[in-house]
Order: sequence, then C-alpha cells, then structure tokens
Amino acid sequence: MSDNPTFDRINDEISDTDVVLFMKGTPMFPQCGFSAAVVGALSQMQVKFKGVNVLEDMEIREGIKAFSDWPTIPQLYVKGEFVGGCDIIKEMFEAGELQKMFDDKGIEHQS
Amino acid sequence: MRVANIIKEKLTEALSPIDLDVLDESHKHAGHAGSRPEGESHFNVKIVSQAFEGKSRVERQRLVYQALSEEMKQDIHALALNTMTPKEQEKS
Repeated sequence: MSDNPTFDRINDEISDTDVVLFMKGTPMFPQCGFSAAVVGALSQMQVKFKGVNVLEDMEIREGIKAFSDWPTIPQLYVKGEFVGGCDIIKEMFEAGELQKMFDDKGIEHQS
Repeated sequence: MRVANIIKEKLTEALSPIDLDVLDESHKHAGHAGSRPEGESHFNVKIVSQAFEGKSRVERQRLVYQALSEEMKQDIHALALNTMTPKEQEKS
C-alpha cells in the first residue's frame, strides 16, 4: 500500500492481470488513434489483455501519468512493468521485440 | 511563438540533436478531442542525438518528454516520437 489511493488501484490492476493497456476507449471501440494502434498490435498477436478506459476515470487518467512518469496515453504494462507508449509498442512490434518480450515473460501469443 | 518552434528550441538546447524534424500533424486530427481550432496540438518529432546512445526506448522518450514538460501539460495533445542515435541513422 502506498499513500496514494490511485496508485494502489493502478498497482492492483497491473498485478491482477498479466497484460494491461491503459487506453482511451475500449479494446472494441478505441477512441484515439494511438490507443487503437496498440490494440491492433496486441490483437494481431492474439495476446489476452485487459483495457482500462482512462476516459471513464479522471483519477486513473491523471494518476497513471504520475505513476509511470510518462505523460501520455496509451501505456502498456506487462507483468506489472511499464513497457511503453504507442511509438515504442509499434517499433517493438515491427522489430519482433514485442514477440520476444512476451516469450520471455511467458505470455501466450500467436505470430 | 509557434509551438513547433518552441519544441525545436527546447529539444535543441536539451539534446543537441544532429537531426531534428518537427511536423505539425494537427490537421489530421481536426475536430478530434484535444485539437484546437488554431492547430498546433498534434506533432510528429524525429530526432537524432548522441544523447540516446546506450539508452532504452523508454529512457529516450523520457528525455524528450522532460525537455518538453511545460508544453506537454498545455499545448501538446499528442507527440509521436522517433528517436535515433547517429549510428542508427546511418544504418537506416
């Protein structure tokens, strides 16, 4: 537990689920092109992930930026660790590094 | 001063880039949340700097975000980043 209840909620989210994407909108209906791009990469790899819609929760929307010291959304977390935002996920996906990271962390995926 | 110029100035000062491109892509997002009627809200930055050598992708982008921390809070709604070292640029 920290002194910050929002950080506690974020910690719960990222420890309860292996792959969590903090995003604008939902995986079915992303409401931002950058969030949609990350959803696209994860879907193509058939990775199971949970989307957390920051548009529905102002505390999380601001809190996640302070939590990771990262000023933008989307943000991808794997096994509790911050991996990156949209540019980084796209670059890693194209370079095959995302696939390797999921392998290393024992997360099921295709292609 | 236009936001794109401020971005250029701050990044030049912070990271001494050997190559820097700042594109205003706000027109692509007109009418979308976070866009402003006067434009200058969505940017695409390509930056080549020795400062990125030996740093992870996350560390590189953090350097850029830190240099632009004021602007990230207000003017900039979205910032697409491509960060390279001089060596990586030679290969690409």
